[in-house]
Amino acid sequence: MRNSSKSGILPGGRSRVLAAVILLGLIGLAGRAAYLQGMHKGFLQQKGESRYSRVVEISAHRGMITDRHGEPLAISTPVESVWASPKDMEITTSQIKKLAEIIGMNSAEIQKKIEGPRRDFVYLKRHLPPEIAARVVELNMPGVFLRREFRRYYPAGELTAHMLGFTDMDDNGQEGVELAWQNDLAGKPGSRRVIRDRKKRIVEDIESIRVPRPGRDMALSIDSKIQHLAYRELKQAVEASKSKAGGIVVLDAQTGEVLALANLPVYNPNNRGNIKSERARNRALTDVFEPGSTLKPFTVAAALETGQISPDTIFQTAPGTLTIGKATIRDSHREGPLTVSQVIQKSSNVGSAKIALSLPSKTLWEILSQSGFGVSTGSGFPGEVTGRLKPHKTWRPIEQATMSYGHGISVSLIQLARAYTLFAAEGELKPVSLLKLDAPATGERVISRATALAVSRMLEMVVRPGGTATRAQISGYRVAGKTGTAHKVEGNGYAKDRYISTFVGYAPASSPRLIIAVMLDEPSAGQYFGGVVAAPVFSKVMDGALRIMSVPHDVPSNNIVSFPAARELGGDV
Amino acid sequence: MIRLNLLLTLILIACALSVVTSQHNARKLFVELEKEQELARQLAIELGQLQLEQSTWALQARVEKIASEQIRMRVLDPSQVRIIMPENVMNTNTAGGIP
Repeated sequence: MRNSSKSGILPGGRSRVLAAVILLGLIGLAGRAAYLQGMHKGFLQQKGESRYSRVVEISAHRGMITDRHGEPLAISTPVESVWASPKDMEITTSQIKKLAEIIGMNSAEIQKKIEGPRRDFVYLKRHLPPEIAARVVELNMPGVFLRREFRRYYPAGELTAHMLGFTDMDDNGQEGVELAWQNDLAGKPGSRRVIRDRKKRIVEDIESIRVPRPGRDMALSIDSKIQHLAYRELKQAVEASKSKAGGIVVLDAQTGEVLALANLPVYNPNNRGNIKSERARNRALTDVFEPGSTLKPFTVAAALETGQISPDTIFQTAPGTLTIGKATIRDSHREGPLTVSQVIQKSSNVGSAKIALSLPSKTLWEILSQSGFGVSTGSGFPGEVTGRLKPHKTWRPIEQATMSYGHGISVSLIQLARAYTLFAAEGELKPVSLLKLDAPATGERVISRATALAVSRMLEMVVRPGGTATRAQISGYRVAGKTGTAHKVEGNGYAKDRYISTFVGYAPASSPRLIIAVMLDEPSAGQYFGGVVAAPVFSKVMDGALRIMSVPHDVPSNNIVSFPAARELGGDV
Repeated sequence: MIRLNLLLTLILIACALSVVTSQHNARKLFVELEKEQELARQLAIELGQLQLEQSTWALQARVEKIASEQIRMRVLDPSQVRIIMPENVMNTNTAGGIP
């Protein structure tokens, strides 16, 4: 036993060699391990992770724009764009033909796109509806991929085009509200790192790299019903009077919110291809014109404020002309001596010039400036103009006289509408807002309450028999307003037979709810007086809008039945 | 001592296995969550499309056309309108009414 065991023992040398070899092997392994762990750790971990972890984009859609009642006016919805990576493409001509057929292009175009300068990314066709995109996927062509994008749709089309503006291919605002509130509306896409399994399902969230921020929804101050009404009536009037352009603004008299705003000519925002800048302009905000007689009430208000005249002060307007220096001011109708109220009612240029000349230029300038002329309305609309009001120190007497009836000063339609809040809100100028307000904005007092009410009474006379705008009447409501007919400025002077006709007014005059300003540019179907072409638009829109808002009548036209009487009526039936 | 070690080893193995199963469960649930979230996204998109469709159908111009042409609705002439007001409102209203 001992012997055999002795013979089994290996010679000492061999066992040591073996131990050394094993040890060396171990050291080698340990060294390799240390090398990989220590020096290549990052690289290896990255390689490992890339087998299962992926960064996934989280798309964020653009916020919706709604009207004041929540009706959607602009919505982004996903569409698919087909793109190709020419490097990885292996397709035959017949396949290209098939692809071209599906996406509605011809194969030569596709061929050109792919074979152009070597790029990694070429859009073949953008913004395809999902059904067509699905058919592209079915072709299963290597190197052709889909990419989800958002396209903006405007259900109301041209109705709200100028107000909203539009977005470009990448859903960034280019005009209007879309541009002005781009930062709020645009969503910020996010991304996160996830673990995917063999079947490409996401099984675990590792980390969120960027948190996505969806675009904020916005409610505009627009009321779509009134907007439709305003647009429809404006369109009819522009066509009937063969005007070159036109605009209408409807303001809430108490809050200064823009309830409707429309311009012609217009474009369809859903069809990006044919938007011409000529049609894209929101004229009511970005174009100026000489307002004409619609400015007379401000002259009168300035004069009343000084206390030197009263509504019954008489000014002689015969013989219908007034010569100042080399220039002569004319009235369209010859009148005799007129009270201040009648100057407004009959819209006498001579009368208002005389009133203006009785004032220091600074007084007139102050009231015009405080009424918001020559200053931005602060609506935040891109490209809004401030108009032009010359500093009073540079006024010559003839300028002061013409300024009193709205020549030599340029304003935008929205400024004009806003300025009338002075008379509709008892002497306060309200800020305009394109967004829905939660609380009415506070105005800024410009003239006293008494002056505002006095001018308001004169403005009511304008629409009564004997005034210039009897066509602005609305049955059941007291209406106040002022017409304007101005020669268009052309070069250095005025065009002889080209006019801008306006009407600005509000109702119900006993407690005004709406202010509407209508402007028609170059009516050329014979009639051009503001009281004839613009006033009817005002009257129709105001009538409809007051009905939509169910504003109670303030002129009882023998059709108001008291409650108990109504019960009796009901009893009879 | 050995017994204790054996026991601890068994417990360790049990724990390890339960970690594996709960991880697996967690992943299964997560997959489900993802699916639901995807569904929510799909539904949100569909909602947008439906809203779009609704507002296209409910366009003022279209409603007006149908109302006036198909069912022959029209705005009443003011002479045909009777306005009923509670008495106290009417009194204050007519008081501040005509100048």
